[in-house]
Amino acid sequence: MPLQRKDLLGLEGLSGEEIQLILDTARSFKEVGQRPIKKVPALRGKTVVNLFFEPSTRTRTSFELAAKRLSADVVNFTASSSSLQKGECLLDTVRNIEAMNVHTIIMRHACSGAVNFVAEHIHASVVNAGDGTHEHPTQGLLDLYTIRECKHDFSGLVVTLVGDILHSRVARSNVHGLRKLGATVRVVGPATLVPRCFERLGVEVHHRLEEAITGADVINILRIQLERQDGKYFPSSREYANLYGINARRLGLAKPDVLIMHPGPMNRGIEISPRVADGPNSVILDQVTNGVAVRMAVLYLLSGGEGADENLD
Amino acid sequence: MRTLIKNGRILDPASGHDAVGDLWLDAGRVQAITPPGAKRPEPGDEIFEAQGLAVAPGLVDLHVHLREPGEEYKETIASGTRAAAAGGITSLACMPNTDPPVDNLAMVDLIFSKARQQGVVNVYPVACITKGRRGEELAEMGELQAAGVKAVSDDGNPVSSPMLMRSALQYAGMLDLLVINHAEERSLSGKGVAHGGFTAAKLGLSGVPRSALEVMISRDVILAEETGSRIHIPHVSTAGAVRIIREAKQRGVRVTAETAPHYLVLTDECLADYNSNVRVNPPIAEASDREALLAGLADGTLDAVATDHAPHSRREKDMEFVLAAPGISGLETSLSLVLTAVTATGRLSLLETLRRLTSNPARILKVPKGTLAAGADADVVIFDAEGEREIRAAEFVSQSNNTPFDGRRVKGRVLATLVAGRVIHADPAFAVRRSGGLPAGGV
Repeated sequence: MPLQRKDLLGLEGLSGEEIQLILDTARSFKEVGQRPIKKVPALRGKTVVNLFFEPSTRTRTSFELAAKRLSADVVNFTASSSSLQKGECLLDTVRNIEAMNVHTIIMRHACSGAVNFVAEHIHASVVNAGDGTHEHPTQGLLDLYTIRECKHDFSGLVVTLVGDILHSRVARSNVHGLRKLGATVRVVGPATLVPRCFERLGVEVHHRLEEAITGADVINILRIQLERQDGKYFPSSREYANLYGINARRLGLAKPDVLIMHPGPMNRGIEISPRVADGPNSVILDQVTNGVAVRMAVLYLLSGGEGADENLD
Repeated sequence: MRTLIKNGRILDPASGHDAVGDLWLDAGRVQAITPPGAKRPEPGDEIFEAQGLAVAPGLVDLHVHLREPGEEYKETIASGTRAAAAGGITSLACMPNTDPPVDNLAMVDLIFSKARQQGVVNVYPVACITKGRRGEELAEMGELQAAGVKAVSDDGNPVSSPMLMRSALQYAGMLDLLVINHAEERSLSGKGVAHGGFTAAKLGLSGVPRSALEVMISRDVILAEETGSRIHIPHVSTAGAVRIIREAKQRGVRVTAETAPHYLVLTDECLADYNSNVRVNPPIAEASDREALLAGLADGTLDAVATDHAPHSRREKDMEFVLAAPGISGLETSLSLVLTAVTATGRLSLLETLRRLTSNPARILKVPKGTLAAGADADVVIFDAEGEREIRAAEFVSQSNNTPFDGRRVKGRVLATLVAGRVIHADPAFAVRRSGGLPAGGV
């Protein structure tokens, strides 16, 4: 079964079956990454453009590796070196790139909805690599993959997202994906960063960390952005760490086999203590490994791949 | 030349008249309303057959951006007044956020003279409250008023300083000049681009809380009460704002208010596909707000519907939602949207609906418009209140077609618009209803 869509813009628009298809396909691709020759010919002759209007190292690298392992030709395009500096509008920039017969555009942009806007106006496949504070679907998918790999089934699972939910595209993609697969989702953080209205997405909203992580199977800890640390959303990093930092003592409230996740980059000592980040419950580096496999699956399925593994040899 | 508009349903909210009859216009003024057929036309009289149509005073729009001078690529006085005519609007107040802004006599004279030479409807320039719309020093209101200005506003910019706003109300009050203040507390609206509700939170759009509008409206009402001056609240968009204004009116504060058609029709759910045509300031709020606005319009808390016509070129709209310019091109859809949302739903009779589009805004602006009283300027709109049509943005007369209503089915079609007795807009379907008159007359 191929993925019957041109673009991957967010997890909100995907069905549970489509998400499972991507995760199943990623499992085959994960194995490719463990081979001595980490390459399959699935996208040979296809051109993939990494179009990043916002700085990124890990996501861009992960997509680049994913495309290269599928034998696609990859071009990196970053805003700082682009014509946007010369006042060209977004649509002109993207249409120019598309005119070079590009097959897939992987796009990151600081504005929520910018990727949806571009996808609507071009024929090439568009993969959202993070748009503003809206969605970051491949991060959501790699989080789901990592959870599934360890826990196998989502029903009955309690997943707690900790931190700045309001400004987090990772949180939104996780919430949509986890809900579609049947997990119970709790979000927790200060009232200034975790609006009550998120309940309408089908999640529990908490402001007390202890309450939110009690009995949790997974704790996904979001990065506190430096620009939120100016005393307007919460008093200080110190107070944030006091109230919401995940440390070894608090971990005792969760299930013994709780998974500790973080999309990175971590502020060690603020939202997560070094002991927890490096401890036995942490799957933070597995997330990074799985990211490449999930992105291979997405690129492969969007290009019409069948979701089986006949192309992998 | 005399004109007879025959057999129409003549609605004049100012006098409460609502009956089928004949409307006689002579030498650019209303001559009389007579019972159907009571008086026979004479040779040379121009005759419009208006059977089955509504005949009303031309609409008065308190809030329009004509963009000239400075942004003529979006709209001009010529194109904007023609768009108004197509929407049945015969008088409009144009906002001073032009480049340069309308904060001095020369600019007011420029607008008046361009409107006279190139415009087709009555144009009332609104001047700035403060020099350069900077919110620092009062503009020379005395001179501006002598030049014909009826109202002042720093449109788009709130007068942030409470002291300066108080002073503006005192000074303008002395001149009986209307003060309109853009109701937005910037420290609360911040970088918000949409109503700060669930939809914006889900879409990852920075939200504007209702308090950003309501804090400013509360302040202005308090200052108007203390100074005894008139204050007009533009583009009311939330339930709380309606409540604050209602309560102030009950206490006798001299406050008037307008809302815009898009707030009566849409809710923030329309943001779902990041359509930049729904990006507007203040943002469109929730269904409960829309309900409160309709109720406020019905009970008189909201005196008028004004378009806040804000034309933008494709270049400012075909882009990231967050970066797109806020505003809706509204002159050509206003009457239809109001008829659809307010009249067809039974909230208000046609006469009461028209009151909020004609005599009420004219009273707020203190201009002798919005009435069919004998001797009044013959500004008239003839429209089909019942018929349905589809809004087609591509057919807009306005230079800009930034509307979220493209393709929407609505009630009401303007068939002809007259200013000072002269037809300045006619639907092609209207031709068959015209007869008589002098050769080579007309549009």
